[in-house]
Amino acid sequence: MDNLLSIITFIPAVAAVIMALFLRGDDVAAQNNAKWLALLATSATFLVSLFILAGFDPGNTSMQFVEEYDWILGLKYKMGVDGISVLFVMLTTFLMPITIASCWTVETRVKEYMIAFLMLETLMLGVFCALDLVLFYLFFEAGLIPMFLIIGIWGGKERIYAAFKFFLYTFLGSVLMLVAMIAMYWDAGTTDIPTLLTHDFASETFSVLGITVVGGLQTMLFLAFFASFAVKMPMWPVHTWLPDAHVQAPTAGSVVLAAILLKMGGYGFLRFSLPMFPVGSDVLAPVVLWMSAIAIVYTSLVALAQQDMKKLIAYSSVAHMGYVTMGIFAANQQGIDGAIFQMISHGFISGALFLCVGVIYDRMHTRDIDAYGGLVNRMPAYAMIFMFFTMANVGLPGTSGFVGEFLVLVGVFQVNTWVAAVATSGVILSAAYALWLYRRVVMGELIKEALKSITDMTRREKAIFAPLVFMTLLLGVYPSLVTDIIGPSVTALVTDYQAAIPVLGDTQLAQQ
Amino acid sequence: MTAADFNTILPEFILATFALGALMFGAYGGKDKTAATLVWATSGLFFALALYIGFGAAGERMAFGGLFTDDPFARFAKVIILVSAACVMLMAQDYMQRRDLLRFEFPILVTLAVIGMMVMVSAGDLMTLYMGLELQSLSLYVVAAMRRDSTKSSEAGLKYFLLGALSSGMFLYGASLAYGYAGTTQFAGILSTLGGDTPVGLTIGLVFMLAALSFKVSAAPFHMWTPDVYEGSPTPITAFFATAPKVAAMALIARLVHDAFGGIPAEWTQVLAALAVVSMFLGAIAAIGQRDIKRLMAYSSIAHMGYALVGLASGTAQGVQAMLIYMAIYVTMNVGTFAFILSMERDGRPITDIQSLNMFSKKEPLKALALLVLMFSLAGVPPMLGFFGKFYVLKAAVDAGMVWLAIAGAVASVIGAFYYLRIVFFIYFGKEGEPADSNMAPVQWVMMIGVAVIMVLGIVNLFGLEPVAALAAEALVR
Repeated sequence: MDNLLSIITFIPAVAAVIMALFLRGDDVAAQNNAKWLALLATSATFLVSLFILAGFDPGNTSMQFVEEYDWILGLKYKMGVDGISVLFVMLTTFLMPITIASCWTVETRVKEYMIAFLMLETLMLGVFCALDLVLFYLFFEAGLIPMFLIIGIWGGKERIYAAFKFFLYTFLGSVLMLVAMIAMYWDAGTTDIPTLLTHDFASETFSVLGITVVGGLQTMLFLAFFASFAVKMPMWPVHTWLPDAHVQAPTAGSVVLAAILLKMGGYGFLRFSLPMFPVGSDVLAPVVLWMSAIAIVYTSLVALAQQDMKKLIAYSSVAHMGYVTMGIFAANQQGIDGAIFQMISHGFISGALFLCVGVIYDRMHTRDIDAYGGLVNRMPAYAMIFMFFTMANVGLPGTSGFVGEFLVLVGVFQVNTWVAAVATSGVILSAAYALWLYRRVVMGELIKEALKSITDMTRREKAIFAPLVFMTLLLGVYPSLVTDIIGPSVTALVTDYQAAIPVLGDTQLAQQ
Repeated sequence: MTAADFNTILPEFILATFALGALMFGAYGGKDKTAATLVWATSGLFFALALYIGFGAAGERMAFGGLFTDDPFARFAKVIILVSAACVMLMAQDYMQRRDLLRFEFPILVTLAVIGMMVMVSAGDLMTLYMGLELQSLSLYVVAAMRRDSTKSSEAGLKYFLLGALSSGMFLYGASLAYGYAGTTQFAGILSTLGGDTPVGLTIGLVFMLAALSFKVSAAPFHMWTPDVYEGSPTPITAFFATAPKVAAMALIARLVHDAFGGIPAEWTQVLAALAVVSMFLGAIAAIGQRDIKRLMAYSSIAHMGYALVGLASGTAQGVQAMLIYMAIYVTMNVGTFAFILSMERDGRPITDIQSLNMFSKKEPLKALALLVLMFSLAGVPPMLGFFGKFYVLKAAVDAGMVWLAIAGAVASVIGAFYYLRIVFFIYFGKEGEPADSNMAPVQWVMMIGVAVIMVLGIVNLFGLEPVAALAAEALVR
C-alpha cells in the first residue's frame, strides 16, 4: 500500500468521471444515483484515509507515504504527508461525506453538482499532499474552477458577482505566487518541496530603486506568497470576497469553503512561508500579527451588525482565521500548535454552523435574521445543536474551539503582549455576536406567522450533525489527539525557524 | 539530381503532383461539384503523408546539395502541419458547402500552401526558404479573398497581400545583406563564417529577416494585419490561418536562427525576447475589448506566438523543444475552438458575436463544458494542457537564465486569462436570452469534444510527445 495518498486523492475524481460518462438522464432516479455514488466515493475515501492515519508515525518529522514518479516535461509527481499536513487530509476526507449528505435536497443539475464536489475533493487533497511546487500550484489553482462553478451556477441571486469576485481575488493572489515560484526555481534549481525546505534562500538586504529591502529575496518571496495565502485565508483587509462568496454559495459550497478551502491559506503559510523564508517571515511577522489582531476585532464588530446569518458566520470565520495567522506567526510551539488546532476545529464548527443555517434556509428560503425568532418552540433538537455549535464558536471550554484559541493566545502572549491583549477582546466580541444571533433566531416567542408550521430536523439532518458534534467534543476534552500528531513536526519547524533567523539583540522569543 | 534527392523530397513531390492532377480533375471534371470529393481526398492524402513522415525514415538527410534538409525537426513540424491542415479542411467542408462557398480551388490552394510550409521547415538555404515562404503566402492570399462577393473577405485578402509583400521585401533585403557579408546563402555556409567578429551587416540582415518572419507568425509589433484578416476571411480560412502556417513560420524562425546563426545566439535571443514580451502583452491586453470571437482569437494567437517565442528566445535545445510542444498544444486547442466557432449560427447565418453565447450552457451542456475546457486551456489555467505548454516555455526561459522573461510571461498570462474567462462567463452566467445555435457536422463535433478530452487526458503523459519533441530539438540545436 505505497500509493495510499494517490488512492485517496483520485478516488473522487474517478467517481466523477464514472458519473459523467455513465449516468444518463435527469429524472429522480438518476439524481439519486448521482447522490449515492458521490456519498459512496467520499465515504470510501474517508475509510481509506483512516489507514493513513493508522500508519502515520508522529515521531518521524520527515515526509511519510512518499510517492515519487517522473512525469511530463521534467516534472515530478511527488506526494507525501508530514505531521502538519496529515490532519488536513483527514479533515477533508472526514468532511466531504458530510457535505455530500447535506446537499441531498438539491434538485437542479444534481449530477454536475456532485461532479463539481468530487473534483473539488480531489484537488483539495492534492494541495495538502503535493510535494512538488508545480504539482502544488496545479492543485491549488485548479481548485478555483469547480468552486467558481459551484458558486456561479448553484448560488443565490448575486451569484455571478460573487463568483467573479472570488475568482479574481484568488487568481490575482496566485499569480504573484507563480512569479515567486519561478524565482524560487531559479534560486534553488529544483521544485522539490522537501529540498526547498532545506534550501537557504538568499536573505542579504539589498536596495532597489532607493527602497531598502530588509531580508532581501526572502522578503520578496514571502510577500508574493503572502499575497496568495492571505487572500485564501482570508486576512483583513483582503477578506471582502469571503462574505460575498459565502452568502451566494449554496450550503454545501459554504461548508467546503469555510471548513476546508480556507485552510489552504494556513497550510500554505506553514508549508512555505515559515520554513522556506524564515528571515522574510521574521521581518514581517509583527505586521502580520497586528493585521490579525485588527482582523479579529474589526470583523467581530462587523459581524455584530449583520442582518444575514451567513454573512455573520462568514465574518466570524474571518475573525477565527485571524487567530490562525496570529498563532502561525508567533512562530513558537504553542502558537503553531494552536493555529493548526484552530484550523481543524474551525473546520468542524464553521461547517456545522453553515449547515445549521442551511437547515432553516431549506425550510424558509431566507437567511434574514429578522425573519426568524422563537424557533426553539417548534424545533427543540435544532435549538440544541445550534446552541452547541454557537458555544463552540465562542470558544467555550470543553469544546474544540476553546483549545485552539487558548493555545494561540498563550503563544502570542510570549511574543507580543499587546497583540495578545487586543486579540483577547475578540473572545468577548465573538460571544457577543454569536449569542446575540442565537437569541434573535432561536429564543423568544414564536410570533412570526410563517414560522408556525416549521418542522424540526429530519433524521438525515441529525445524522449529518452527529459526527461533527462528536468530533468537536472529543477534541475539546482530549486535545492531545491532535497535538500528539502535529507536535514533533511543529517542534522541528520551530527549531529550524529559530535557527535560521538572525539573532537580534533583544530577541526574547520564548521557546517551548 | 539523383534518385536519393527525389527520395528525400518524396512527400512534397507527391503533394505537388496531386495538386496539379487535382487542378486538372477539377477544371475538366465538373468544377465545384468535385470539391467535396477533393476535400476528402486531400485530407486523406495529408493524413497518409503524415503517417509516412512520422513513421518513415529516421536520421538526417540532405538533398540537392544542402538546399533541402530532412531531419527529425522538419518531420515533427511537417506532421503537425499536415494533420492540422487536414483537420481544418474536414471541419470546413460542411460549413462551406452549406454556405455555397466550397470551390474546388480550395483544397488545391491549401495543398499548395502546405507544400510551401513543408519546404519552409525543411529549408537549408535562404533561397529554398524564400521559395517555400512565397508559395505558402501566395496561396494564402488567394484563400483569404475566396469569398469574392464579400467586401470584407476581399479587403482581408488585399490587406494580407500588401503587408505580406512588404514583409517579403524585408526578407529579401535581409537575405541579400546576409549573402553579401557571408558570401553564401546556404545555412551551413553562413554558420561557418561566424566566429570572431560578426560583421555588422550580417546582424542587420538577420534582424530584417526576423522582422519579416515576425509578420508571418503575427508577432507584435508586426501583427497589424492579423485581426482584420482573421475577421474578414471566411471562418474556415481563419481556422486554417491560425494553425498550420503559424507552425511553419515558427519552425522556420527556429531553423533560421539555429541552423544559420547558431553561432551568435546573443544577437538574436534578445530580438526574440523583445518580440515575445511585446506579443504576450499586446495579445493579452488588446483582446479584452473585443466583441467578435474571430478578432479575439486573432489577439489570442498573437499572445500565444509570444509564448512560443519565449521558448525560442531561450536559445537552448530545451527552448526549441518547449516551443515545439507549445505549438503542438496551441494548434490542437485552436482546431477544437474553431470547430466550435464554425458551428455558431443564428437562423442559419454564421455569427461571431461573443455576446450571442449568453447562457449557452443551458442549451447545450456538453458543448458548453467542452468550450469551458478549451477556454481554460487557452488561458493556461491548470490542470489543462495549455498550462503545461506555458509552464514549459517559461521553465526553459528560467533555465536559460532569463528570469525576467518568465516573470513577464506569467504576468501576461493572468491578464490574458481575463478575456477567456469572459467567454466562460457568457456561456454559464450571461444574461437570459436566446443563445446562438450550434449547428455541428459530426466531424466538427468529434474535433471539438475530442480536443477537449485531449486537453484533460494529455496531462498524463502528453501522448508521448515529449521525447519526440526532444529528439527534434536536438537535431536542430547541436
